[in-house]
Amino acid sequence: MSTGTVPKPIASTSSFIDDRIGAGNFLKRNLRKVFPDHWSFLLGEIALYSFIVLLLTGTFLTFFFKPSMGHVVYDGSYEPLKGIMMSEAYASTLHISFDVRGGLLMRQMHHWAALLFVAGMMVHALRVFFTGAYRKPRELNWLIGVGLLTLALLEGLTGYSLPDDLLSGAGLRITEGVAISLPLVGTWITFFLFGGEYPGEDVVSRFYSLHILLIPGILLALITAHMILMWVQKHTQMPGKGRTNTNVVGAPFYPAFMAKAGAYFMFTFGAIALLGTFAQINPIWLFGPYSPADISAGSQPDFYMGFLEGSLRLMPSWEINFLGFTLPLSVLIPALVPMGIVMTGLALYPFIERWVTGDRSEHHIAERPRNNPHRTSIGISAVTFYGVLWLLGANDEIAAFFHVSLNWTTYVGRVLVFAGPALAYFITYRMCLGLQRSDAAVIGHGVESGVIKRLPSGEYIEVHVPPNEAIEAHMRGKTAIPVIADTSADGGGIPPKGMRGPLGKLRAKLSKAYGGEKIPLDGEHPHEEHAAVGSGEDDKSLTRH
Amino acid sequence: MTDSNHDIEQPEGRVPKRVIGTPSPAADTALLGTEEQHAGDLDVPGVTLQNEATAKKGEKIAALCFTVALIAGIGFIVSYVAFQVGDIDKTQVSNLALGGALTLALLSLAAGIVVWVRMIMPKYNLVQERHPMASDGQAREYVAETFLQGAAESGITKRPLLRRTLLLAAAPLGLAPLVLLRDLGPSYADFPKKLRHTVWGEKTKDGKHRKLVVEGTGAPIRAADFNSPGGILSVVPEGYEHDLNALAKATLILIKFRPEEIKSGTNLNWTHDGIVAYSKICTHVGCPAALYEQTTHHILCPCHQSTFDAADGAKVIFGPAARPLPQLPIAVDNEGYLVATADFAVPPGPSFWERGDAEAEVRENGGHA
Repeated sequence: MSTGTVPKPIASTSSFIDDRIGAGNFLKRNLRKVFPDHWSFLLGEIALYSFIVLLLTGTFLTFFFKPSMGHVVYDGSYEPLKGIMMSEAYASTLHISFDVRGGLLMRQMHHWAALLFVAGMMVHALRVFFTGAYRKPRELNWLIGVGLLTLALLEGLTGYSLPDDLLSGAGLRITEGVAISLPLVGTWITFFLFGGEYPGEDVVSRFYSLHILLIPGILLALITAHMILMWVQKHTQMPGKGRTNTNVVGAPFYPAFMAKAGAYFMFTFGAIALLGTFAQINPIWLFGPYSPADISAGSQPDFYMGFLEGSLRLMPSWEINFLGFTLPLSVLIPALVPMGIVMTGLALYPFIERWVTGDRSEHHIAERPRNNPHRTSIGISAVTFYGVLWLLGANDEIAAFFHVSLNWTTYVGRVLVFAGPALAYFITYRMCLGLQRSDAAVIGHGVESGVIKRLPSGEYIEVHVPPNEAIEAHMRGKTAIPVIADTSADGGGIPPKGMRGPLGKLRAKLSKAYGGEKIPLDGEHPHEEHAAVGSGEDDKSLTRH
Repeated sequence: MTDSNHDIEQPEGRVPKRVIGTPSPAADTALLGTEEQHAGDLDVPGVTLQNEATAKKGEKIAALCFTVALIAGIGFIVSYVAFQVGDIDKTQVSNLALGGALTLALLSLAAGIVVWVRMIMPKYNLVQERHPMASDGQAREYVAETFLQGAAESGITKRPLLRRTLLLAAAPLGLAPLVLLRDLGPSYADFPKKLRHTVWGEKTKDGKHRKLVVEGTGAPIRAADFNSPGGILSVVPEGYEHDLNALAKATLILIKFRPEEIKSGTNLNWTHDGIVAYSKICTHVGCPAALYEQTTHHILCPCHQSTFDAADGAKVIFGPAARPLPQLPIAVDNEGYLVATADFAVPPGPSFWERGDAEAEVRENGGHA
């Protein structure tokens, strides 16, 4: 197993390159770059690899797709639509599906990859949020991520509209209805987007250039920046044995991480191919060409647009007329507010948290969600808010499936969209504290060994043993959430700068509630040994949760 | 084969950063080694080699996976040639063959590499130090000084004429791309006027009222033939059957009532013998409100479930739509066909900023636009 010398072809090629661009120095620093390992770090990679699959399949589709709304009479090989007037875009999508070998596979893989791309980004963002991995120094990468998610939704919307079938047309019509409802600029935006009145003959080709050039170009640039920043800042790691805030423990880039990443790309690609082969998606030939006069019942958008659909359905019919102008709140509020809350909330969260905690230090250890109960509760509230809207985006399906009144699903949804997040906050907060207590019990008393011991007094107890080293190290990775120091007590009753005035007082209050150590790991029984003999009653009460 | 199973964590400096062509680091770490060294073995802290038996087994499994990937890859190419497309059944077979082969090839390739990593490559537990992201104070100071010095050298700070004219010069060039976007929109700018009118308001070429024709067939509708109460038709304007722009505003839903079913919200002057025509374009965001429930006279939009009472002027009884579906004035021509006598009194379709309370204006004008 001698390492020997580098084979000549490789050596001469690398010398050639090194002589010209000095790649050796870069490789010297980076070949053995260490990447920490945790299953949750793989979620973002799903999105990354789906994006590559999107580029590959999408390029194939552009070879055959004709982004034109010009009318043609269909004369392809799909019998039921023969002789029907339709747009060239729809006809060429049928052509891809039925007359190009592998065309249907590429179309279906492209659609599945798009769903996986957005889903991957969402779960990755949740992972980063709940582990606090967006904290200093990674705020910029977090903002890039929020931008990527927004662009991905836009990319999905423009791509979804391209085939110009009846279903995608319904989505486009709703987009138009929302755009035209905007105050002041609504009509201008719509007439400029559609080149005149809806639907016009321009929107497909305009969406096409946005979908295949502009947005993917920006996505590619931002993804590259996202990767470079991750590389430069080094990945966060989970707390554990030997892992500190100033080191990174794991496998080297070359060869292990490289091979693993390659395999993971193949897995993602393979999973998308599997879905594209066996799970039919968007069978546009069943929907027929678009006409603004027709629609089919049970129309559903792609999953990532479902929450907007749900909020549009939930909204009561509010509309304000004043001075000859109209403010259609029943469209504006559901279309802009939930999206605004989620996206702005995501973008601002790192900065709001920093303002509240006053924390200016660098963090490289990912926090366990239970150890920051307020953040976790806020996150779960937001997920619940999104989830209720998403669910209600399919309220007609729910009503039909469960045989309940459609109107009642809406009424219940209107309550749930407010009550759900509040309830979720409360439950999550209690759960986080409960889990922290259970950690404290494990640290303080060890874990149940399954051995029952009889004491001289006749009492039976279960023997507790110290936890596994790795588990204990993982738990002890917990650090108290910083709180802004309130020095008013020793400063003669004068609060420090930044905590004066109503805003400062609010900040101090928030800081106190948000930060600090709620359940100290060693707090309750500081002198307790990791005893082989448990302490009886007290012990049980603590480990029972 | 040395089974170097020591888990001692080493600071970054101790972990050899091996560069291709440099000697094995084994010699450097020999001081730490508690076990016998074999020359040339990759014995470094944090790197636990696999035992040879596992590695051998792994090699076989990985090779098997790669062979399957090879066969599946060839299968993909063969499928492309062997299976043609052209109708639903053929496309389905081709899709299954191509997709199945591709899936198998990719997944076995992935599986093979995973086996390679897990069974042949060592287990790693390497440690590297992190460094604060911020550059040190000296560097910052140097950058700040250089920045100021460069700005001074360039003259931009002490030559306001240069600075101001440069900024001025940049402004129109920055605006130029925006100007170019003007022709994205149509040549006219009276959008609200466009939105208020539909082709129902235009007479046909021979100066007659425009006929209502059935969507799809294009057949005109004789009022006497549309006579079963509860009947419903989707209707488009004659001569615009395939004009999507016209259809997006002018499509109708035509309903036949018994006279006693019609309530006060419906403008009776605009009906003919219990036949009422409403805009099919939902007043919420413009989907076609295509579902009709005969027993309750409810028109339902499938997009967001706005529900309108067709018997009562299509007023909103549920959902997010804020306004009734506009009613179209209809009558029969001298041949007995249904025609539109005028345009909608209010703009059909979704609300927009300049729309205003068109319904109130109509009420003030006594039912006319």
